[in-house]
Amino acid sequence: MKALCWYGKNDVRVTTVPDPHILNPRDAIIKITTTAICGSDLHLYDGYIPTMEQGDILGHENMGEVVEVGSAVKNLRVGDRVVVPFTIACGQCFFCQKQLWSCCDNSNPNAWMAEKLYGYSPSGLFGYSHMLGGYAGGQAEYLRVPFADVGPVTIPDGIEDEKVVFLSDIFPTGYMAAENCDIEPGDTVAIWGCGPVGQFAIKSAWMLGAARVIAIDQVPERLALARREGQAETLNFDDEDIFDALTAMTGGRGPDRCIDAVGMEAHGTSPDALLDRVKAAAFLATDRPHVLRQAIHACRKGGTVSVPGVYGGFVDKLPMGAVVNKALTIKSGQTHMHRYMRPLLARIQKGEIDPSFIITHRLRLEDAPQGYEMFRYKHDNCIKVVLKPHDSGVPRPRSFSQ
Amino acid sequence: MATQYTSDRHETTVEQRGAPQRPSVSAELPQEAPLSRPGSALQRPQLRTFQASNGKRARRPTRPGGVPLARTLGWFSIGLGLAEVMAPRALARLIGVSGEYHMLLRLFGLREMASGVGILTQHRPAPWMWGRVGGDALDLACLGAALTSDEAKPGRIAAAMAAVAGVTALDMRCSQQLSESAPQQGQRAESSVTINRVPADLYRFWRDFQNLPRFMLQLKSVHVDTARHSHWVAQGPAGITVEWDAEIIDDQPDALIAWRSLAGADVDQTGSVRFEAAPGGRGTFVRVCMAYDPPGGALGAVVATLFGEDPGQHLREGLRRFKQLMEAGETATTAGQPSARP
Repeated sequence: MKALCWYGKNDVRVTTVPDPHILNPRDAIIKITTTAICGSDLHLYDGYIPTMEQGDILGHENMGEVVEVGSAVKNLRVGDRVVVPFTIACGQCFFCQKQLWSCCDNSNPNAWMAEKLYGYSPSGLFGYSHMLGGYAGGQAEYLRVPFADVGPVTIPDGIEDEKVVFLSDIFPTGYMAAENCDIEPGDTVAIWGCGPVGQFAIKSAWMLGAARVIAIDQVPERLALARREGQAETLNFDDEDIFDALTAMTGGRGPDRCIDAVGMEAHGTSPDALLDRVKAAAFLATDRPHVLRQAIHACRKGGTVSVPGVYGGFVDKLPMGAVVNKALTIKSGQTHMHRYMRPLLARIQKGEIDPSFIITHRLRLEDAPQGYEMFRYKHDNCIKVVLKPHDSGVPRPRSFSQ
Repeated sequence: MATQYTSDRHETTVEQRGAPQRPSVSAELPQEAPLSRPGSALQRPQLRTFQASNGKRARRPTRPGGVPLARTLGWFSIGLGLAEVMAPRALARLIGVSGEYHMLLRLFGLREMASGVGILTQHRPAPWMWGRVGGDALDLACLGAALTSDEAKPGRIAAAMAAVAGVTALDMRCSQQLSESAPQQGQRAESSVTINRVPADLYRFWRDFQNLPRFMLQLKSVHVDTARHSHWVAQGPAGITVEWDAEIIDDQPDALIAWRSLAGADVDQTGSVRFEAAPGGRGTFVRVCMAYDPPGGALGAVVATLFGEDPGQHLREGLRRFKQLMEAGETATTAGQPSARP
């Protein structure tokens, strides 16, 4: 089959690889109908995530049609349409039973690697480094899904792929980010990053009762989307000092809830952001926590900082004094996917939200490398790329049809 | 024979050759029974008994012979290397060779320092000691060649060669001691894991020893002969198998199983597993202690590879697979999945 494989920093290629097979009784194989490039895939693309190997298949926002099930999978039938959560979970361990699905004890075959870095290993993920399982991803024609009796959610006929494919990661991730804020009536929620997760965090903050949502970015089309679709007030960090602006907007108190939907590769031109770049380049730190620092600094006393943005290793100069002395709560985590997929599917079915609003580009699998480049450098106002591995009717990207 | 188990709790610990003494570790080990049979390889003199701080006796392997000498030679290497690097011309005068060789002497100095650091810091110093022997041979050859040079002072060179020859003899003796003693050391490892099942389920699965190869991958098969006796086959490198008979020496339903290999086995192997309900109904603590003592010679080397460089890690991975089998019904794997790697 064809698959999008990682070869190194800024080097992904579509190549022919063997088809996946059932390896365990609880596996299923799905034919990918829609998959997407995630903002967190860009951390792989930029070479920031350790333990990647040349030839790894990427892709963790997957949906498709079941073509084969293992002997222990009784709830899926060949032909079912399913969305696959990006975290892989067994359903039977202490953590799965506590609904902490992304902390599953049993799904990471390379747990020892993660234990070296994190103490204990989180769950395995699709296409996201060997330390986090080394599972082949779904930017491919077919995907092997472990623990298929627990993860995939069956989608009824009549709802198109593009409305539900983001149940695989970014919609639940944005939702959990807002839920982690413990929003109270009257709260102002400030969200750094208006990429896809930020956009869903904006929508989810409203769903969970926010009185006001302020979105922060520098990319004009993303800010415009946050205003248009998200009904958010927006701040461009190129134009104004974010702390001063937030203070002014909140009457000198600061936002009650702050969400860092940016993560380890924050951009910025302040001295601390530039120093982060130097340190990361010199391997003195792995992550650039400029946004996290700013969110902690700007948050009101007794407020909450929620971190859906991905951090991989170590951050430097985190203002812990502000956390302690302002009595902040920090919440984070890879998304406990299985907890959110069905309730959020119900919201989609009721028409409360149509997640397809973030899609800007639809590509064939073979054009995925151009999709990465476009998404990485925000060419052509790119916000979200979906791939259709089996649909030859999808047009080629402009730059390549010329 | 009575076997005592204490309830002290420890996470994974490994005790092996060269490790610092950790008396508290002994609290988790099967006392007396498994490792002290008359005639067992562990009765060899390099094992000694020490008095643990908790008052219990435990056995631990000592350092292999030759270690103190190796440390001396390691520091000697570093000292000589420093002299060669910092003052090559003065050294050249001392040993009677031409000063034009100072760059060569500097390089030799770096080599000396590398062996010294290797000997002092590496877990297995034997290869580094053999490296010193090779370096000695090179030194002797160079000194011999220098005798033919015009500027040579034959008296001084001869004295230097005699000194190097003396050190070479020490290096060879030390290397041999390190190499001989290495494979005869016993290794033991302990690890624990919490499994989301009741003790009885876990006991039942483990008690059927035929299940052990499903999570201890170095085992090829375990054949249960009688209620207490079983035959174990482990897979070594290059298709070599190691086999032994084992007997159960303690069996407390839903709580504990302990076993050991019988006299005459390829390898002295003992193990125990305890199952203890975790507080608050949160599954079962499973605590395993394994020890083995390989024979000398080639078979010993094969046995050593079975348990790996790090028997603790081996045991942890085995327990992780046991947990996966008991909780998820299968072990997580990516072996056989597609990638663009050949």
